[in-house]
Amino acid sequence: MIQLFINGERREFPAALSVATLAEQLELIGKRFAVEVNGEIVPKRQHAETTLNDGDRLELVVAVGGG
Amino acid sequence: MTTDTFQIAGKTYSSRLLVGTGKYKDFDETRRAIDESDAEIITVAIRRVNIGQDASQPSLLDYLPPSEFTYLPNTAGCYTAEDAIRTLRLARELLDDHTLVKLEVLGDPQTLYPNVRETLKAAEVLVKEGFDVMVYTSDDPIIARELEQIGCCAIMPLASLIGSGMGILNPWNLRLIIEQSKVPVLVDAGVGTASDAAIAMELGCDGILMNTAIAGARDPIRMARAMKLAVEAGRDAFLAGRVPKKLYSGDPSSPITGLISGTK
Repeated sequence: MIQLFINGERREFPAALSVATLAEQLELIGKRFAVEVNGEIVPKRQHAETTLNDGDRLELVVAVGGG
Repeated sequence: MTTDTFQIAGKTYSSRLLVGTGKYKDFDETRRAIDESDAEIITVAIRRVNIGQDASQPSLLDYLPPSEFTYLPNTAGCYTAEDAIRTLRLARELLDDHTLVKLEVLGDPQTLYPNVRETLKAAEVLVKEGFDVMVYTSDDPIIARELEQIGCCAIMPLASLIGSGMGILNPWNLRLIIEQSKVPVLVDAGVGTASDAAIAMELGCDGILMNTAIAGARDPIRMARAMKLAVEAGRDAFLAGRVPKKLYSGDPSSPITGLISGTK
């Protein structure tokens, strides 16, 4: 069991997973989003190979209306 | 008439009205207002994904595809250089190495007045990292010059506080900035109605960025049209060159000779 902090919320997962797998579980596939893990951006091309570890802090962002 | 275009970071634009995408009733109204405004550059904010939200919900990008508009991600809500830099790095990743950004670092939640010290710090880092930085700032010409020297691609002084609709409060400062700057100067924030937009353009600024004035109007679609026309009218008036103001003396428009004579 590992826990991740996604956008400030604690979430538990049965095992370590990649950014790509997480995106799939959160139904973000096909959407435009960007990910920061512990303050560092993980580029799209590295989503599949980047494994998330217990305690990692993620920011998942999208573009929204704003001025 | 020759076409009147301008350039930001090497790209040519014909619309001098830039609009925000916030505060609309729904995405449909957003799209219709932006179409009516003829804007080519639209600002967007970067925010956390709403985890657990129905994934089939449409997103802003479905209504305003990045293929049709030039996106200008902003740092609205950031109060430190660090947060603004992080936000724009995320925006660059989100929008596939897109480099044109709007930097704004706020100093105070009450007035939303810019924190120029943090703004200067963030601008230095972002320019070094290859961003094309359009920078929101105060109407201080010395700060504007420093931001230009750092390498910002457009200077965007406020006309009055963000969302206040108070109009052009200090035209003299805006003129100082416009006259000294070699990069485009766009009035950002404070426009309330069409005449404000026209006044800003008559001062000689290259464009205007607004959101609340359109989105908050009773009829945003009609206001978008009014703003488009006002920006065009103000720009034309600036290019045409207004008549000088004459204090205390009239100047008739009709000939002063050839008047019929009296009957006596």
